[in-house]
Amino acid sequence: MNYRRLFLIGIPYVWLLALFLVPFIIVLKISLSDIALSIPPYTPTLDLAEGWAGIKDFFSKLDFDNFLFLKSDPLYWKAYVSSLQIAILSTTMTLLVGYPIAYGMARAPEEWRATLMMLVILPFWTSFLIRVYSWMGILGKEGFFNSALIWLGFIDEPLTILNTNTAVYIGIVYTYLPFMILPIYAALEKLDISLLEAAEDLGCTRTSAFWLVTLPLSRPGIVAGCFLVFIPVIGEFVIPSLLGGSNTLMIGKVLFEEFSSNRDWPVASAVAVLLLLIVVVPIVLFQRSQERQAEAQK
Amino acid sequence: MRRFSWFNATSLTLGFTFLYLPMLILIVYSFNGGRNVAIWAGFSTKWYGELFRDKAFLDAAWVTLRVGLMSSTLATILGTMAAYVIVRGGRFKGRTVMSGMLYAPIVMPEVITGLSLLLLFIAIGLDRGLVTIVLAHTTFTMCFVSVVVSSRLVTFDQSLEEAALDLGCTPWDAFKSVTLPIIAPAVISGWLLAFTLSLDDLVLASFVSGPSSTTLPIKIFSAVRLGVSPKINALSTIMIAIVAFGVITASLINKRSVTKRLRDEQEAAAS
Repeated sequence: MNYRRLFLIGIPYVWLLALFLVPFIIVLKISLSDIALSIPPYTPTLDLAEGWAGIKDFFSKLDFDNFLFLKSDPLYWKAYVSSLQIAILSTTMTLLVGYPIAYGMARAPEEWRATLMMLVILPFWTSFLIRVYSWMGILGKEGFFNSALIWLGFIDEPLTILNTNTAVYIGIVYTYLPFMILPIYAALEKLDISLLEAAEDLGCTRTSAFWLVTLPLSRPGIVAGCFLVFIPVIGEFVIPSLLGGSNTLMIGKVLFEEFSSNRDWPVASAVAVLLLLIVVVPIVLFQRSQERQAEAQK
Repeated sequence: MRRFSWFNATSLTLGFTFLYLPMLILIVYSFNGGRNVAIWAGFSTKWYGELFRDKAFLDAAWVTLRVGLMSSTLATILGTMAAYVIVRGGRFKGRTVMSGMLYAPIVMPEVITGLSLLLLFIAIGLDRGLVTIVLAHTTFTMCFVSVVVSSRLVTFDQSLEEAALDLGCTPWDAFKSVTLPIIAPAVISGWLLAFTLSLDDLVLASFVSGPSSTTLPIKIFSAVRLGVSPKINALSTIMIAIVAFGVITASLINKRSVTKRLRDEQEAAAS
């Protein structure tokens, strides 16, 4: 083992250890601490200088009060359920909107595909915040959408869309659409057209060939796309705060408010730990399906 | 498939209208003369003028740019090292832990990463400011760099490196003259990705920034919380224009280099 190798491995390793793993352990620890009126507002700190006594003292002060508090206050429980609900529904909606687009791209003339691909990627590089903001001007009471509907004579009074859950759904579908389109497009593009021709030769109609051949073969893309939308949406913070109303409960927003307005860091940390527990399940499932995918391709 | 079918043309038109119309409306209304965002009051560039006279926005843009340049450069170095170690480093103790730590920040909700970094900075007594934002962004974006670079490292032929070593190169020379030129496009796109992510980040920055180091996304967020403002439309338009220019240029360069590589390969096969 030479120094160069040690250096090469060591630097990124120590960086990640210090700025990813250690902070995470601190969150875990603070989630088990009592709130105190000092700054930083939490009490027990691990005093390694005291050796074993310090460590014992540290563990004896830990408790699950913050988690019990989360259980007792219906706000948190509701926020978890509604985050999951919003994530599931919006993922389904993104799939329904994204699939036809990916399908159209995969079936487009060859010379068009690179351009279409670029058109999907471009919004992805554009600021997320700006893309969410663009809907505020459209959905507001005096916004573009209401003005257009009134001008066309469909409605007399402006609809309330901004600051409701509907606006949150629109915002999620809009901002996460590229994440859904790209994996489905990748799966559909690889699909061998002759399979469809064979199905049609064997008496399938166009529609049944789609349901029996195209859709099952694009399943890996659908699965990947759904995970890529679902996982980040659960912890989403920007969309519910800008487009949602005061009754839009999402756990990412609750965590941020707990931390910034209430300055209750132990509870914020407990919320973070529970949020992670919810996200871990889909992440592991996604990892598994990706590995199976990779193995199937070998 | 030479032509668009009726169904595909419709779904593509509707889909891309949905993707682009909101941004188009935003851009059009940034040139609106009136304060009201929904009523057209004639063409004007006055909001751009107001934007450039607003010192708070210019300061925030400067902070964001500095953070972006520093963190994406650091992240590219660290991420490339990490990718090289994971793909080429062979077995070493803690390899699994390292690849886990490289993967986790990508999928972890940003609110958690932000909160945990803030609590660390407070625990070690580091004042919140430019440095803490750079540290946070570097950690977050180096994982993306390492994904991009390792996907390139996996696909290229390791025997090229071995040949260089056999011919008497030191490992560093082999890396510099063989590996680096081959992975350079991936390193550059990794840097660009890191830079964009840093410029765009709101959540991490809101946790770890101090009062003296407001970044542009924080500034935009606090401004638009109060409602739509034509000044933000003007700022958004500028940002969209920069991104569009960058993406279109990059894809043109990429297209040229792909054609060139195909031609080179054909020539090599023919000779």
